Amino acid sequence: MSSSTCYHCGDPCGRTAVLFDEKNFCCNGCKTVYEIFHKSGLEGYYDLESAAGATPKEVANKFDFLENPEVAEKLLDFNEDGIQVVEFHIPHMHCSSCIWVLENLNRLSSFIKSSQVDFPKRRARITFDSEGLNLKELAILLAKIGYEPSIVLEDYSQAKKKVDRNLIYKLGVAGFSFGNVMLLSFPEYFEVQEYWLDQYKTFFRWLMFSFSLPVVFYASQDYFTSAFKGLRSKLLNIDVPIALGILTLFIRSTVDIVFDLGSGFFDSLTGLVFFLLVGRFFQQKTYAHLSFERDYKSYFPIGVTRVTDSDGEENIEIYRVKQGDRLLVRNQEIIPVDCILIHGRAQIDYSFVTGESESVPKSSGDKLFAGGKQLGGVLEIEAIKSVSQSYLTQLWSNSAFAKNKASEFQTLTDAIGKRFTIAVLTIATIATSYWLWQDPSKALNVFTAVLIIACPCAIALAAPFTLGNLLRIFGRNGFYLKDTNTIERLAKIDTVVFDKTGTLTSNSGNTIVYEGMELTDDEASLLKNTLRASNHPLSRELYGILESCQIKTLDEFSEHTGKGVKGKLGQHTMKVGSANYVGTQEGTRTETSVHISADENYKGRFVFKSKYREGLVTLFKGLMGNFSLVILSGDNDGERKKLEKMFPFQLPMFFDQKPEDKLKFIKKSQEHANVLMVGDGLNDAGALAQSNVGIAVSENVNVFSPACDAILDAGKLTGLARFLKLSQQSIGIIKLSFLLSLCYNVVGLYFAVTGQLKPVIAAILMPLSSISIVVFTTIATNYIGSKFKTKTET
Amino acid sequence: MSVIYVLLSISVCVAIVFFAAFIFTVRSGQYDDSYTPSVRMLFEDELVDTTDKNNNQNKSQTE
Repeated sequence: MSSSTCYHCGDPCGRTAVLFDEKNFCCNGCKTVYEIFHKSGLEGYYDLESAAGATPKEVANKFDFLENPEVAEKLLDFNEDGIQVVEFHIPHMHCSSCIWVLENLNRLSSFIKSSQVDFPKRRARITFDSEGLNLKELAILLAKIGYEPSIVLEDYSQAKKKVDRNLIYKLGVAGFSFGNVMLLSFPEYFEVQEYWLDQYKTFFRWLMFSFSLPVVFYASQDYFTSAFKGLRSKLLNIDVPIALGILTLFIRSTVDIVFDLGSGFFDSLTGLVFFLLVGRFFQQKTYAHLSFERDYKSYFPIGVTRVTDSDGEENIEIYRVKQGDRLLVRNQEIIPVDCILIHGRAQIDYSFVTGESESVPKSSGDKLFAGGKQLGGVLEIEAIKSVSQSYLTQLWSNSAFAKNKASEFQTLTDAIGKRFTIAVLTIATIATSYWLWQDPSKALNVFTAVLIIACPCAIALAAPFTLGNLLRIFGRNGFYLKDTNTIERLAKIDTVVFDKTGTLTSNSGNTIVYEGMELTDDEASLLKNTLRASNHPLSRELYGILESCQIKTLDEFSEHTGKGVKGKLGQHTMKVGSANYVGTQEGTRTETSVHISADENYKGRFVFKSKYREGLVTLFKGLMGNFSLVILSGDNDGERKKLEKMFPFQLPMFFDQKPEDKLKFIKKSQEHANVLMVGDGLNDAGALAQSNVGIAVSENVNVFSPACDAILDAGKLTGLARFLKLSQQSIGIIKLSFLLSLCYNVVGLYFAVTGQLKPVIAAILMPLSSISIVVFTTIATNYIGSKFKTKTET
Repeated sequence: MSVIYVLLSISVCVAIVFFAAFIFTVRSGQYDDSYTPSVRMLFEDELVDTTDKNNNQNKSQTE
């Protein structure tokens, strides 16, 4: 029975399993969810995927702020005649069972009219009857079944984002025109002299002309604007020759059909734009459920509880918090502003904001910083600043957050675009002047032909397809990039900076070592039962690792704030807590430890050590040769010795780094290096923004991670060296494809310069070169990607 | 042979109808979420299945 797993969430039940309806559950929470589902006829949930559920968390007053009508109004998408529509972000959503249960919410409450899930975005849109159910009750209902919605400041302050579907429209227009023009131009490819063909030639041509109009004036808009912007800032990017090519194609073709000189190049024109847009579309792989733009706003709650003058409670928006306001912060809630603790036992976890690995106890009168998470009971605090002026949030006013890394970086394609444009223009001029001298009637023909055939369609496709494909390969391996530009920047990295807490160490659980006398079975059982009653975070953690035993009700239990807990069962007492409390002098050391004594005899202590992720040494060794490595930690240097032992080579380490220090450090290193920052928390946000590439390591990619260029699944951290290598290899592939497409250009230029370029040749060469580039890059990236896969497997 | 004008205009019209349909589907957001509907369409059947199963089980237990 001890090996059974929970029917609801799949966690091992241990010996404390709750038996219900002939099924095992790991805790009462899971059992309750099962009961709810069972009652409402939602057992189908367990048939779709087994053990898909999550243990519901304690929510108590967490959603109280939703009662505030102003807050609710802003969150609701629709609110009229008693019907309300809201869209919640539900991070736990992960399988088909989740979709099913969330779309069948109406069986749980008759007031819910309908719900629709957008799985890639992890969002559910719920329509409900506001007379029977308010927003708060809805949120609590969801939390009760393990699908707690995450409602953060970001949802609130942002105007509803409009989905940008421009590219799809343009692609549709270009594809539509391309297909039709291809059909219409087909008869003329054969150059047969036939009466009917001649008869309708003009009609066909003008029809093609009209089809090409939306392509030139709508679908290829972006290329013109980009080329224009480039020229204005005196840059010859790749869009310049493309725009030039499109324009020449259109004008030359129009002139051709007006003066009946030929059929024009409308087929090539529409084909070119279509292929280019396909490339763009492919490059645009987005991870709808991830966000790379988050700041503190997606970490902070929307509302807080304020204590009114008459000692009542009211829920207010977080922006309304003024200096001097008294607020309540509950267990697991985030402190919204810099404040002074008035009363309550504070145990603040700053790991996400400062990088300190241990939670710190605070007593009345201490200053607390915004962003810390309270673990334990309710606190009453007095705000000393407003939200936007708090210590942590001020970091975001740094200029590092305003710059756009992608636009400052010159991509390989743009770099080659410059040389390419110059070369093409030179060839065009030379050829034209030659023909002016030989046969002036052909000169203009040759000039335009060169510009047309040299239009770098294939070159412009090389990078999108190589990088787009690599982006997908990375995504399948747990490394999610914001855009393809990031890969090019990754390939140039020479310095890698690591954060310690949460990045090198694991957030989930410390290693807990027991030092001292062995405990008897009775003592162990009493210890576990004493811990069971305590809510202190260290107790909870310790409780989790101790071997499970029978649950007994204690005869006596008392909790002493800031000291420890005491439990009594029969003749025996057990004290768990600080060194002083249990009566020992030991324990003035820096490590976090919990001491225990049984019947007033000191037994020993449990030492909490942060756990380093596996495979770090191999990773560092792998990176060592090609990159210079640095560790930058917000924590104290208590772990320095351990780190030095782990990595027995020259490795600069810096401790006690504040968020701004990290940012400055990166800025300084950038003077002579391209820096990759690997971090996890809000304290790394500045460094991530400043670095050339910022990677956020996250244990659960669906939950919060700070603004960055890429999100890396924590389990895949060891693969970092290979990701970097792959990025470098992809640049090689792009260069090879440039060579390939240049070969096509040389062939085309031969026809153009000698004045023999016929529409049919252009119509064959352009798609042929594009397709062969696409095929080449796809095969090449899949090849290097497949090597990657087998490597990680072994 | 001027029937070709008629034919061409018909074919262009048909093409435009399809193009308009495409624009409509994009605009109504049908391509925004390409995953959930693929899962959703499988639910209905499964639901009937499970209730049947449960009923059968209940029956066999009572019998």
